Amino acid sequence: MIRVMLPGHLRTLAKISGEVKLEIAGPVTQRSVLDALEACYPMLCGTVRDHVTQQRRPFVRFFACEEDWSHASPDAPLPEAVASGREPFLVVGAIAGG
Amino acid sequence: MSKVRVLVGTRKGAFVLTSDGKRERWDVSGPHFGGWELYHLKGSPADPNRLYASQSTGWHGQLIQRSDDGGQTWEPVGNKFVYDGVPGTHQWYDGKPHPWEFKRVWHLEPSLTDPDTVYAGVEDAALFRSTDGGQTWQELAGLRGHGSGPQWQPGAGGMCLHTILLDPSDPARIFIAISAAGAFRTDDSGQTWKPINRGLYSQYIPVPTAEVGHCVHRIAMHKSRPAVLFMQKHWDVMRSDDAGDSWHEVSGNLPTDFGFVIDVNANEPETIYVVPITSDSLHYPPEGKLRVYRSRTGGNEWEALTKGLPQSDCYVNVLRDAMAVDSLDACGVYFGTTGGQVYASADGGDNWAAIVRDLPAVLSVEVQTLP
Repeated sequence: MIRVMLPGHLRTLAKISGEVKLEIAGPVTQRSVLDALEACYPMLCGTVRDHVTQQRRPFVRFFACEEDWSHASPDAPLPEAVASGREPFLVVGAIAGG
Repeated sequence: MSKVRVLVGTRKGAFVLTSDGKRERWDVSGPHFGGWELYHLKGSPADPNRLYASQSTGWHGQLIQRSDDGGQTWEPVGNKFVYDGVPGTHQWYDGKPHPWEFKRVWHLEPSLTDPDTVYAGVEDAALFRSTDGGQTWQELAGLRGHGSGPQWQPGAGGMCLHTILLDPSDPARIFIAISAAGAFRTDDSGQTWKPINRGLYSQYIPVPTAEVGHCVHRIAMHKSRPAVLFMQKHWDVMRSDDAGDSWHEVSGNLPTDFGFVIDVNANEPETIYVVPITSDSLHYPPEGKLRVYRSRTGGNEWEALTKGLPQSDCYVNVLRDAMAVDSLDACGVYFGTTGGQVYASADGGDNWAAIVRDLPAVLSVEVQTLP
């Protein structure tokens, strides 16, 4: 069970509270986590990564285990603590004013 | 008795204001989508309970929301706006080619007859259409592809397609406007387009009478006379009597002919409204006085409307999509300001009152007249 914490705007959009829990078969990577997230919550498509390029949106960051994974390969395995569900995968709105 | 519903888009959410036909007391609901920018909301003329809203943030991009109950509940629909084919380039601020990049939806224009058909004007400038209630979007690529697209250049607010007018007498005819490219028209449902900027004069481009490059801020029409168009340009208020084939200036005695909004009285096709703004570098009313100007002669002769509007120390702006009219008798006129007020007049502009104030900066105002 993968735990994902979304920023407030996206929790409101997806009508969820607290963490999202996802079942992922196979390697746990940013791509597989986001694929599973968008499959469960289609309204989030395009809000975390671009529809076409699949690139992370510029003002969205990915944190896990107190490390910034924003610039890591989307296919790099996430830490074992995230894969096992001990730690959440954090989707964060960057500090960008407004 | 008829009712009126006012749809207000702001920098930090949407608000829905309702009143009976007297338009004296208003209920305010919102914010809907709090914290998001709502560039525009508009209801379907064919089904007044079908509303569309453009919602965006810098963090999470573009969403389109749809309501089927007049704005009480909303559901996100499709937000995938992909340019048709290879997007190509337009001019950047430095005059160099720059690839087309989708940024946001500025304006949503529902079909006059089909609640599931809606047009979206976007930045970077293009026109999209959905025929399934906003679930999927397809570009009407003939607009960008008609030839002048590589010459288009963004205005200070971005290269946005902000005005979409559907001709009620001819379903195949659509007018659009882009900052800073100009006005365009299709007569075949969006397959082919032509610039309609003859008569415009813009000192801020190398050739002031160029076919494209004009910073059109807004175009308005009266539904009974779709070949008569009124335009608020960056500078100049213009009029066309031949569906945009030619334009002539009707700024007349306005204190300044810079501004953003323009609209037409629903009952009097020759009565039009603008809100003069000091200049392109001073985006607030002249002398700190918020004044709507009305012409009952289709332009040239203008009178200031001031009753109920602040006449000192007022330095708000009124953005291009932030004026609308209802279709009651007498015609109601509405506009929103960057200071968060929405002003309304229930008597064609003679008297004004703030029907809500202290909202976030208002980006758009639309009005529905309900049975």
